Amino acid sequence: MAIDILMPALSPTMEKGNLAKWLKNEGDRVKSGDIIAEIETDKATMEVEAVDEGILAKILVPAGSADVPVNQKIAVLAGEGEDVAAVAAGGGAAAQPAPAPAAEAAPPAAAEAPAPAPAPQSVPAAPASYDASAEAPPGTEMVTTTMREALRDAMAEEMRRDPDVFVMGEEVAEYQGAYKVTQGLLQEFGPRRVVDTPITEHGFAGVAVGAAFTGLRPVVEFMTFNFAMQAIDHIINSAAKTLYMSGGQMGCPIVFRGPNGAAARVAAQHSQDYAAWYSNVPGLKVVSPSNAADAKGLLKAAIRDPNPVIFLENEILYGQSSPVPRLDDFVVPIGKARIARPGKDVTIVSWSIGMSYALKAAEELAKKHIYAEVIDLRTIRPMDIETVVASVMKTGRCVTVEEGWPQSGVGSQIAAEIMERAFDYLDAPVRRVTGKDVPMPYAANLEKLALPNVGEVIEAARAVCYR
Amino acid sequence: MAVTARKTAGATKAGATRTAATAKMPSKRGPAAASPTLEQERQAYRDMLLIRRFEEKAGQMYGMGLIGGFCHLYIGQEAVVVGMQMAAKQGDQVITGYRDHGHMLACGMDPKGVMAELTGRRGGLSKGKGGSMHMFSVEKHFYGGHGIVGAQVSLGTGLAFANRYRGNDNVSMTYFGDGAANQGQVYESFNMAELWKLPVVYVIENNRYAMGTSVSRASAQTDFSKRGISFNIPGEQVDGMDFRAVYAAAQRAIQWCRDGKGPYILEMQTYRYRGHSMSDPAKYRSKDEVQKMREERDPIEQVRRRLLDEWKVSEDELKALDARCREIVNEAAEFATHDPEPDVSELWTDILK
Repeated sequence: MAIDILMPALSPTMEKGNLAKWLKNEGDRVKSGDIIAEIETDKATMEVEAVDEGILAKILVPAGSADVPVNQKIAVLAGEGEDVAAVAAGGGAAAQPAPAPAAEAAPPAAAEAPAPAPAPQSVPAAPASYDASAEAPPGTEMVTTTMREALRDAMAEEMRRDPDVFVMGEEVAEYQGAYKVTQGLLQEFGPRRVVDTPITEHGFAGVAVGAAFTGLRPVVEFMTFNFAMQAIDHIINSAAKTLYMSGGQMGCPIVFRGPNGAAARVAAQHSQDYAAWYSNVPGLKVVSPSNAADAKGLLKAAIRDPNPVIFLENEILYGQSSPVPRLDDFVVPIGKARIARPGKDVTIVSWSIGMSYALKAAEELAKKHIYAEVIDLRTIRPMDIETVVASVMKTGRCVTVEEGWPQSGVGSQIAAEIMERAFDYLDAPVRRVTGKDVPMPYAANLEKLALPNVGEVIEAARAVCYR
Repeated sequence: MAVTARKTAGATKAGATRTAATAKMPSKRGPAAASPTLEQERQAYRDMLLIRRFEEKAGQMYGMGLIGGFCHLYIGQEAVVVGMQMAAKQGDQVITGYRDHGHMLACGMDPKGVMAELTGRRGGLSKGKGGSMHMFSVEKHFYGGHGIVGAQVSLGTGLAFANRYRGNDNVSMTYFGDGAANQGQVYESFNMAELWKLPVVYVIENNRYAMGTSVSRASAQTDFSKRGISFNIPGEQVDGMDFRAVYAAAQRAIQWCRDGKGPYILEMQTYRYRGHSMSDPAKYRSKDEVQKMREERDPIEQVRRRLLDEWKVSEDELKALDARCREIVNEAAEFATHDPEPDVSELWTDILK
C-alpha cells in the first residue's frame, strides 16, 4: 500500500508554506525519523521527518515550490515489497490537495447569497480592506507587509529612535520570538535591549513596570495574553493605577503586547479574548489593530505613549499581508477609529480579527442591497465612540462583532453608549455578535460554533434592517 | 560584635569565592563595615525618634477619625530603614510595601506631605489620592508605598534592572516583610536578579507576624536569610533592633551590589510594637512579649544609652532633639488637620498622562 506524505502544518494557524528542499531523492530508502525535506513559513524553517518506512517513489512537489497548502500530497512512499514504479505512477495522478479540516473560515452564508447586484451610484465604491494611504500623504508608496513584519519594524524603528526603549519577554531574543515577531531585533540591538526572560510572567511584568517607573520604556511581549493573567496584578495595580495614586508624579510608559484571543485549535486556556477585561480599567489604553499598517503605526504610537498600553495582536493575522506606507515615521494616533467601508444602511463595529468577519459580511450584504458602514475601532480604550455614534445617527442601526464573551463585553459597552447618546436615532435595537458564552472547545466543529462567523454578522445586520 | 550575620548562600555550590566572601565578611568584600561615628549615632537617634513620634501621632489622629482606611505603623522597626539609609548614597532607590511611613521619612520626604496624605488632603504627597499605602517621590528616589503584598519585590527588582540598563552604580533597596516573603513573585524576582546580576538589596523585615500569623505558622523555612540559597544569593540575618548592626550589614550588602556582584538578602530581625494595622487588637501574641521587647530591645533606647554612656552626650541635648522631633510632628499634624481636601476636579486628573 503506497503511503502519502502530506505537507505538514507547523502551527495551528499555518495554512500554507514553502517546500524549501528535499533531503532524499526518488529511489532513496527512508526510515522513520529520517529527515526528508525542509519546509518554511514566514516565521520558521522546519525539518520534515518520515513517519513511515519505505522507498521514496515519487516527489510530487519539487524543491523551491512556494505556498504549498497544508495537507497537499508532496510525495509518495512505496511500502515493503511494493513496486516502486507502479506507486510512482499512481501517486502522481492523485496529487490533489487533501481537504483541509475546519481550519478554513469559509463564510457559511456565502453559499446562499444571491448573484451580485451592481451597487447604486449613491454608495461610493468601498475598499474591501484598509487603505492605509488615508493616513499617509497622497502618493506615498505602499509596501505589502505582513502584520508580523509591521510589528517588528515598529519596534525596531522606535528602538533606533529612543535608547530607553527595550523589548523583554519569553523567547524574544535568541529564539527570535515564539511567533517570530521580534525577528532580527537581537541581531541589531543586542542582548541589553532585547531581553530573554525566564518563564515568569508575574515577575518580569513587575520588573518591567519597575523599570518604567524610572522612565525606561519597556515593550513587554507576552507569548500570549492568556499567560498575562499571571501578571495582571502588575498590569492593573502597579502599571495602571500608579499615576493616579502618586498624584501625577510617577507614570508608567510601558507597552504590554502579544497575541490575544483564539488562534486555532488551542482550546480554552489559550483562546481567551481580553479586550473587554483591559478596557474596563482606567489608567490603561487598549489597542487592537486589524491590519499591518495600523499595527505598525499604532505600535509606534503605543511605545511613545507615556501611559501603559495594552496592545492586543492576533496570531491568525500575523501572517496576513496588507499595504503599509513607506514613510520614515508612520504613526497612527491611538483613540481614532477608522471607517473601513462607508455605507448607509447599518453600522457594523469591530476590530482586530473581527474586522475580517465584518468586511466579508458587508460584501455579502451589498449583494442584497444592504450597504453596511464598517468601523474598525482600532483602539478599545479610549474608545472613539463619537465616530460610532455619528455613523449610527446616519444609519439608525448597529451591529457589533467581537470574539470575546457577551457578558460585559465591548459590544455591550458600545450598545450602552449608543443608547445613551443616540437613542432617538435608532431604528432597531443594537445587536451583538460575540463569541459564545462557553470556554473555547478543542474539537474543530465546536470551536467553529463557539466563534462568531460571517453568517451571524449577516443575519444580525439583516435583523436590525428588518430585511 | 554588633552583627549577628550568618552566612547562608556560601553553603551552596556557588563556589569558593562566594563562600569566602559571605563567611568572613571583611576580607574579600573590601573594607570592613565602618562603625558609626558620634555624628551618625546622633543622626540615627534623631531619625528614629522622628519616625517614632510621627507614628505615635498618626495613631492618635487615626483614633480621632482624621485618618481613614488602613494605617500600618512602623513603631519598633525604626532601626531597619534608618540603618539602611545611613549606608545609602544619593540616587539609590527605596521601595516598600504598605508599612511605609518610616521609609518615607528616612528618605527625607516632607513629614507635612506624608501626614497630609494620611488625612487625605490636597497638600498630601499624592494630593490626597493615594493615602497611607501609596506615596511616591521621584525627587527622593522613593518608589512607593505598595498595597499589594509582594508586588514591590518585582518592582524593586525592576528599579535595579533600570540601574543596570543605564550603567549607573545605584542600588535598589527593596523592602518586604516575612509575610510577603512567601509570595511566588519574590522567587521569580530572586531568580532574575541573580541571573542578570542586578543591584538590589532585598531587605526582609521579619517582624515575626504576617498580620496575625506568626512566622512559624506560615513559613517552612523561618530563616529568611536562606531564602536565596537556591538562587545563589548571599544572605545574612541581622539584629534589626540594633542600628549599628543594620548599618554594618547595609554597608556590606550595598557594596556587594555596587560592585556588580548581584543581589543580596538581609533578613532584619525586628518587631512591631503595634498591631498589624490600627484595627488589629493583636490577640495573637502576649502583652508580655511586647513589653519585654520594648524594655530590653528598643532600637531608640539602645542608641540613647550609647549616646549617653559611650559618647557622653548630655541628657539635655537629647531632650532638645526629642523636642525638635515633636515640634516637626506637631507642625505636620497641624498642617494635615487644616489643609483642605482635594478640589473635586482632582477626581478626574492623573488617570492618563
